[in-house]
Amino acid sequence: MNDSPASSPAIEVKNLVKAFGTFYALRNLSLQIAAGECVAIFGPNGAGKTTFLRLLSAISRPTSGEIFINGQSLSEAALSIYRQLGVIGHQSFLYEDLTAEENLLFYARLYDVPRPSNRIDEVLSEVGLRERAKDRVRTFSRGMQQRLTIARAMLHHPSLLFLDEPYTGLDQHAASRLTSWLSQLRSERRTILLVTHDLEQGLMLADRVVIFLRGQLAWEKPAGEIDRHAWRRLYFDLIAGAEPRHGGEA
Amino acid sequence: MSALRQLAVLVWKDLLAEFRTKEMLSSMLMFALIVVVVFNFTFDPGSRATQEAGPGILWVAFTFAGMLGLHRSLVHEVERGCLHGLMLAPVDRGIIFLGKATGNAIFIFLIELPTFLLFSIFFNIDFWKGLDKLAAIFFLGTIGFAAVGTLLSAISVNTRTREIMLPILLFPIEVPVILSAVNATAGALAGQNWSEIGGWLKILAGFDLIFLLVCFVTFEYVLEE
Repeated sequence: MNDSPASSPAIEVKNLVKAFGTFYALRNLSLQIAAGECVAIFGPNGAGKTTFLRLLSAISRPTSGEIFINGQSLSEAALSIYRQLGVIGHQSFLYEDLTAEENLLFYARLYDVPRPSNRIDEVLSEVGLRERAKDRVRTFSRGMQQRLTIARAMLHHPSLLFLDEPYTGLDQHAASRLTSWLSQLRSERRTILLVTHDLEQGLMLADRVVIFLRGQLAWEKPAGEIDRHAWRRLYFDLIAGAEPRHGGEA
Repeated sequence: MSALRQLAVLVWKDLLAEFRTKEMLSSMLMFALIVVVVFNFTFDPGSRATQEAGPGILWVAFTFAGMLGLHRSLVHEVERGCLHGLMLAPVDRGIIFLGKATGNAIFIFLIELPTFLLFSIFFNIDFWKGLDKLAAIFFLGTIGFAAVGTLLSAISVNTRTREIMLPILLFPIEVPVILSAVNATAGALAGQNWSEIGGWLKILAGFDLIFLLVCFVTFEYVLEE
């Protein structure tokens, strides 16, 4: 599934800086994510999490620094990297006046998915929307749209997944389906980058936890080494005003 | 997947979405027809003033109605983050530009036909004699208008004053297209032959070629923040 050479990490970010005028959204951020690893990124609003994902998706251009995905430079090999990438962002990327099936067919054709009709049936069944395939997205609830967004992101079997607040708008049933789906993706050794405000959910899913503060990587630790009872308190202590630091006790 | 097939997929999506609601086409057509009807009450059909002002009236209707479409087509992409969805697809961003510009050009063509028909009836114009020339003028003028318009609407759509920004940016750049199209249309309606309107057509074709190329190359930078 992963095309990366054994030696190169799935994602490697070197000295990433993103400035909007005089405001620095990201400051000299470096991070490596191994192939098959699931990393949860936490941080308060404005910490630079979404900006980070936008830079990794080449929706936005960094002010300086380099990004490598599966050993390829994002600035040089963006098109081949996009084929390996599935993104669930704050917005659905769905056309409201097209049906669920037409939306998926559109993206399937752009991604050159073989036998698109079969694959569309498959992903719609996975997210429980097969019965609504012919309905316009405009008629879907927020939760159904989010499920269709997940189907869209999975359509081309991406090896890397960037998820920005994927639980937004989901009811409990849909949220638990998403969790089991993410667990399945982890077991398939796909690389997952998850941005979330849900501390428990993120910690449960991730192999490693990263906290961003003021555009910097402030803290990181393998999820298995974090004391789940002290985790919430540690997080809030950290964002309450601690200076950026690496490691720390939890 | 070939670039041509990707282009076809992008255009298919735009046409499908628009023909389902007809939101954009109906407002564009209504606007263009209103312009022709209003001017019909100002000028006497068949008078010299009508002959002189007619081509200008026609292109005012086309360009202003076209601008409504240009604006809406990019707003639809931005509203649900679909533009980001396109940017994340393995499609060259120049192809995304060509897809959007082709869709926009088709919509403008579609409103040009009934508008011109109504214009011919109201202003008592025998359009059959210059139909081939008019088709060439409308084609070249629309391509140039849609190409620059698509790029500039992608720029303006991310600004706070996007409704105002598009015409402010668009019309100064489109002056060569509008002037050439108006003069060529006047010539064609007056029964001039190909060689007499050839100069204007060359300007239109040159503008189209240059701006298609410039927009194709620069669209990537316009999309990225």
